[in-house]
Amino acid sequence: MTAAAERSPAFGMTRARRNALLQSESVQGFALISPTFVYALILLVLPILVVLAHSFWTQHYLTIDHTFTLENYRIALTEPIYRDLLWRSLYISLTVSFFTVILAYPIAYFISFHGGRHKSLWLFLITIPFWTSYLLRVMSWKVILGYNGVLNSGLMGLGIIDEPSTALLYNSSAVIITLTHAWAAFAILPIFVSLEKVDRTLVEAATDLGDGPLHSFLRVTLPLSAPGVISAALIVMIPTVGDYVTPKLVGGKDGVMIANAIQAQFGKAANWPLGAALSVTTMLVVSLMAGATVLIIRAIQRLAR
Amino acid sequence: MPEPTQAERPQTDRAMIEIRSVTRSYGAFKALDDATLTIREGEFFSLLGPSGCGKTTLLRMIAGFDNPTSGSISVGGQSMEGIPANRRPTNMVFQSYAIFPHLNVEQNVAYGLKRLKLGGTEETRRVEEALAQVSLTGLGKRLATELSGGQRQRVALARALVMRPKVLLLDEPLSALDKKLREQMQVELRRLQQAVGITFVLVTHDQYEALAMSDRIAVMFGGKIAQVASPKEIYQRPVNRQVADFLGGMNFVKAEIVEENAASLVVDTLGFGRVRTDKPKAFVRNGGGATLGIRPERLRVLWDNATAKFEVAGKVVERHYFGEITHLIVEIPGLEKPLSVTETNDFGADDIPVGTSIRLAYDPEALVAMAD
Repeated sequence: MTAAAERSPAFGMTRARRNALLQSESVQGFALISPTFVYALILLVLPILVVLAHSFWTQHYLTIDHTFTLENYRIALTEPIYRDLLWRSLYISLTVSFFTVILAYPIAYFISFHGGRHKSLWLFLITIPFWTSYLLRVMSWKVILGYNGVLNSGLMGLGIIDEPSTALLYNSSAVIITLTHAWAAFAILPIFVSLEKVDRTLVEAATDLGDGPLHSFLRVTLPLSAPGVISAALIVMIPTVGDYVTPKLVGGKDGVMIANAIQAQFGKAANWPLGAALSVTTMLVVSLMAGATVLIIRAIQRLAR
Repeated sequence: MPEPTQAERPQTDRAMIEIRSVTRSYGAFKALDDATLTIREGEFFSLLGPSGCGKTTLLRMIAGFDNPTSGSISVGGQSMEGIPANRRPTNMVFQSYAIFPHLNVEQNVAYGLKRLKLGGTEETRRVEEALAQVSLTGLGKRLATELSGGQRQRVALARALVMRPKVLLLDEPLSALDKKLREQMQVELRRLQQAVGITFVLVTHDQYEALAMSDRIAVMFGGKIAQVASPKEIYQRPVNRQVADFLGGMNFVKAEIVEENAASLVVDTLGFGRVRTDKPKAFVRNGGGATLGIRPERLRVLWDNATAKFEVAGKVVERHYFGEITHLIVEIPGLEKPLSVTETNDFGADDIPVGTSIRLAYDPEALVAMAD
């Protein structure tokens, strides 16, 4: 009796505490995202762990030796072919993100500052290319850049060149051109959003203090839209390093990228551990490059003040 | 009757801003309709009116952010036609302050100076001087996000003043501040203007703000300038009922014109009897009627057996207590609307029971005639 009497208030308190916990906003939030969170955990984290594990093992013809080794990483980092492919992938993705941002900024600026009542129409028009499959869009670039393609016949018709140029297709420039077009919309949207957030009175204030249109843009609009520029650059840069379809279709032998090599290791070459080591290396390098890009843009921003 | 201006500092009569028949239309809508106005050098001038009266449109046209559909604006004797906002001798304090969020206080204040290429030491000196003028010394390194509303307001002021403009334009600069801070800033702004001697043009919808700070006020309604005069004249001698009403409480009494000459009017009223008043400059007779106005605080309660040369008798029908003052609503036989009376509470006006018969004293000087 006494024991029960002593216990019951304590019991009541834990219950109250449990109710408070269940009603707290963060717990409710976690409960809300838990199905997707578990799903993401299974489909994203587990494969990465599998890849990570493989990268420390060795392939013996048909079996895998599970003893720990760093041999795969030694090959991935020192073999000239993989080093070159990785460098080329980084170069292509950096170039693509640079040009994509440069080309996307004026479009985003135009829509945000001069779109008027038609802003949503303009944004809608930008999504139109996504109505067709990505493969089809890459193929259409083949039609444009090919030996008997639109560009060559056009240039010949104008008499600028005498015979079709082979410099247009099956090299890294073709990959860059195709990727820049493919990722444009992904760069326009974040830049547009950050430009929308720029208070127009600030531009007026800059004008009032003596700045012409160019100076007020460089000193106010551009620095304030930097977050959009950073996210646009990252959104384009990170996936393009690992792009596999585009180099396969328009890259030729000069346009091969690291993802094609990884695919080969998991496929024809049947060396999963080396493929895994290449994947992990690429992931790390991309993370470093993305971090460096953010730091560099921030530094430029600080210098520009 | 010429009114002395509030300013102690001698003012020149030279024109700083001349606005000649300026109209700004948006389609069929006229935001500003044939406005003509001269603002003098070194003057604290206010554009006062309800929202949508065209006061901000006019200010933005002086700044160069908008252009007149017709008419002309000149600043400091120079026509502003075709001169973009960044090359005008004006600077603006925006309603939202428009402090650059990516810069600190110093960088904000130095923003316009950078283009003048003054050199580091001169630039720093002027920034320090401007920050001192608005009592922000020592806060130079703060970010805009770390400032209170009042401090942001001061940064906006310093940023404009550091440019040493001929005219400082202020677009409702105090409307975002709470009452106490607003009253403090009114005094400070006025003091600052006296110290720097720059022409200030203030846009406001707050009549007390305009009355407290200005040398002269232009009251605007529906895109038109209704009256331009000193605060005292605007308050005491409004040209029409609209102006009178906008500037604070006013009792309106119907009157019949008995006699009219160049300087004065004689009118008959119910309640106040026959009254002779000064004829307002802008008075244009419209039929035989006119309106007499008297401010609630110009009516005094007569206690006990006290008498006055001019008095009216009535009955208290409502009483409202406001701390330092009491508002009495007094019904006067013959008047269609009861009079509103503001009395300070030092003699016990807050204790007068509703229903009491009282007598009110007034000065005929306080009665102002307005055209119907």
